[in-house]
Amino acid sequence: MRFPAEFKYTKDHEWLKIENKVATIGITDHAQSALGDIVYIDLPKVGRELKEHEVFGVVESIKAVSDLYSPAAGRVIEINSALVADPSQVNRDPHAGAWMIKIELKGEPTGLMSADAYQTYVANLK
Amino acid sequence: MAKQTAIYEEHVRLGGRMIDFGGWSLPVQYSGLMEEHFACRQSAGLFDVSHMGEVHVEGPDAESFLNDLLTNDVSRVSVGQAQYSVMCQDDGGCVDDLIVYRRAQDKFLVVVNASNDDKDFAWMRSVLARKGYRCTLTHESPNYSQIAIQGPRAAEILQTLTKANLSAVKNYWFIETSICGDIPALLARTGYTGEDGFEIYVAWEKGSQVWSSLLEAGRPLGLSPCGLGARDTLRLEMKYPLYGHEISETINPLEAGLGWAVKLTKPGGFIGSDALKAMKEKGLSRSLVGLRMLDRGIPRQDYEVFDALGKERLGVIASGTQSPTLKMGIATALIPIRFTTTGTQITVDIRGAKVPAEVISTPFYKRS
Repeated sequence: MRFPAEFKYTKDHEWLKIENKVATIGITDHAQSALGDIVYIDLPKVGRELKEHEVFGVVESIKAVSDLYSPAAGRVIEINSALVADPSQVNRDPHAGAWMIKIELKGEPTGLMSADAYQTYVANLK
Repeated sequence: MAKQTAIYEEHVRLGGRMIDFGGWSLPVQYSGLMEEHFACRQSAGLFDVSHMGEVHVEGPDAESFLNDLLTNDVSRVSVGQAQYSVMCQDDGGCVDDLIVYRRAQDKFLVVVNASNDDKDFAWMRSVLARKGYRCTLTHESPNYSQIAIQGPRAAEILQTLTKANLSAVKNYWFIETSICGDIPALLARTGYTGEDGFEIYVAWEKGSQVWSSLLEAGRPLGLSPCGLGARDTLRLEMKYPLYGHEISETINPLEAGLGWAVKLTKPGGFIGSDALKAMKEKGLSRSLVGLRMLDRGIPRQDYEVFDALGKERLGVIASGTQSPTLKMGIATALIPIRFTTTGTQITVDIRGAKVPAEVISTPFYKRS
């Protein structure tokens, strides 16, 4: 299981990479592994305003349905539409190629964890 | 504390993701559901199904008892042959579905669903007590390990572990022989995947040895251990019923499309036959269909089904999944008869959106 140090993490198993007020968001390696083979994904439209912790999409494996929560408030400026055609990319490359959305941040996101803190959080889930 | 099969340690060793399934700790997957599904379709899959229930029925009236108890006609089953059947309540609702194996003229093995094991045995005992047939019932579930090997290469793999000639065992027949040297085994050409294959019954304590031997023999040919996840997608692609979904105490076998296993004209009838006959004469009001999604979306159990306009509620999804083989959402649903013609357009409510779907002929998967 990988926990890249340059990311921030949420309790809902999303990661964020923040650069110049833009956050790139995806789900963690732990999340994709727990879900199993991912076969469906819904992403928001570009331009949508998201509140912190608002549901922005859904990801489904054969066995499970899981909502995607925005870890921060902001406006969606880009989506990774290639994932809709090939959701299995989320299993193969959750931390890079399978990023889901980019949002222009509105204020400072709260309640985020460092890689170390998230790793401890995941370890304690078991 | 969930019960463990005799093969539990092997599942853990293989990295199986263990879940509680009807009181049993079983692997939902090992390497990945999709990979396991295709291993079974393309080569072979190995399933620990030791949680299934087994009952021995023996005695001069064993056939008469089973013919009273079950919807199919046991008198047509030869020694060495197996038969799919349904056990009904008086009102025609399903107590369970099961397989009967005739081991001798007056000796049967009945294999039932794990989730109904105790209920079924109690029901069978109560019928026997009420009707007074001369036969004995013994609950043998704790004494059997059951392993299924399924897929185009299943017979070839199993053949390496037994001296019996498996090519002589036809579909829905079985032999009692030995496996892995001198381990007594019942090898039945039955299964729950739509592929050729066998279900193997051995003594409980031999389960682990037989499992490991099969895996070792089959790995070079592409055999993969398969968890409950793949077992469910494989059976659903065939529209095989799963108790609690396609059949239940409130869904009778005629509605579930199992009329082929319901012999209403059997001499003397069977428990539930009067109710089923009356329903058939009156005409069924609803029937189980196969659906495929015409748009993106995965239908899931209990999602609501509506007419094409999304106005009239027709029922709910019984089982649904993304079909690994067909790469689209498929489902079963019990809906009013007038919507059950192949090609009928309907909609499925997926998180508030009415997504178009159509009634299609089943099985969803056709073996090439």
